[in-house]
Amino acid sequence: MIAVPAFNEAGRVGAVVRDVRDTLPDADVVVVDDGSADDTAAEARAAGATVITLPINSGYGTALQTAYKFAVRRGYALLGQIDADGQHQASYLMTMLETLDEEGADVVIGSRFLGRDGHYRPSAARKVGIALFSRIASLITRQRITDPTSGFQVMRIDVARFFCSDVYPSDYPDADILILLHRSGFVVREVPVQMRPSTNVSMHGGHKSVYYVYKMFLSILVTMFRGTKPEEAR
Amino acid sequence: MIDTRTRILAIVGCLGLLLLIVELVRRRRMKEEYSVLWIGTGVVLLVLAAWYQLLGWITDAIGGVALSSTLFFMGFLFAFLMLLHFSIRMSALERRLTALVQEIGMLSAPADAAPAALDPLLDPAARGVAQSPGPRQTSPPGS
Repeated sequence: MIAVPAFNEAGRVGAVVRDVRDTLPDADVVVVDDGSADDTAAEARAAGATVITLPINSGYGTALQTAYKFAVRRGYALLGQIDADGQHQASYLMTMLETLDEEGADVVIGSRFLGRDGHYRPSAARKVGIALFSRIASLITRQRITDPTSGFQVMRIDVARFFCSDVYPSDYPDADILILLHRSGFVVREVPVQMRPSTNVSMHGGHKSVYYVYKMFLSILVTMFRGTKPEEAR
Repeated sequence: MIDTRTRILAIVGCLGLLLLIVELVRRRRMKEEYSVLWIGTGVVLLVLAAWYQLLGWITDAIGGVALSSTLFFMGFLFAFLMLLHFSIRMSALERRLTALVQEIGMLSAPADAAPAALDPLLDPAARGVAQSPGPRQTSPPGS
């Protein structure tokens, strides 16, 4: 199952759904419409997706977690997630699934920075933030993490089940969740992906940067001091 | 020394607060759970306002100068605890709201996407839907 969290993505979400369906014809595409005011749900449905409509706009993290819960309940074994704005190219899902399989990983993240080809140029402030928290996440997990903010991922259902509990931040999952995954014994890998230029402000790009930095520091700190409760995680 | 007028004001204020809380609970405008901190505030402030020696002793213990400021300090402390209590309650409410929003959302998805194994009445054409993409259907270890 491929999850597509979408908030007011009419005009873009349809193409993303078709892109995923062309790449992975066997996969179900589930669009989580996060209380959009436009035709996101209808467009996604017309493109062949199963649509979950949240009655209240609840944020990126909550939309994603809904997809995790849905995937667990409907008995899927693997779950992918891709942003609805068309930045991610579905063809990379194949590479990511192969990496998941070959390297025995639990989560594979599509990194915009791993390729080092410089095609993705975020704003300076965003770059500093991503660099800072990548560094922290890399230090703590003792492996190279380059793009903790990427919403382009594939994972095993065990990970989605783990995310269904209170451990998952409802506002904005980031480096903190990667650290939590590592501490809970899940294997995280990154693969390089190319991005299309976004036609829209990213769904999770609008948050205030000062609050973001504060929240990430606090979140990483409490993650480090929290028990991992592996018996609940697995 | 504490001014007699301050004492009277404090005692009357505390009694009024206690009456108000009890009345709100009686009319079911406030849940019993929320009344605990309020009643505690009223009772402690009332005792301090009425029991002159105790107030003096506490003022000495915390290094205060004026007795009346100790009274206000205690009131402030309780207001602070109250706000803390509300922040915790609001976080819990938000978590529950999120869970409800997600449940309602999942109800909006058509049931025909259910895995065929769970629903034998499904159209055979829909039976592929439970499959994960590609050949990687090996169940993860431990599941």
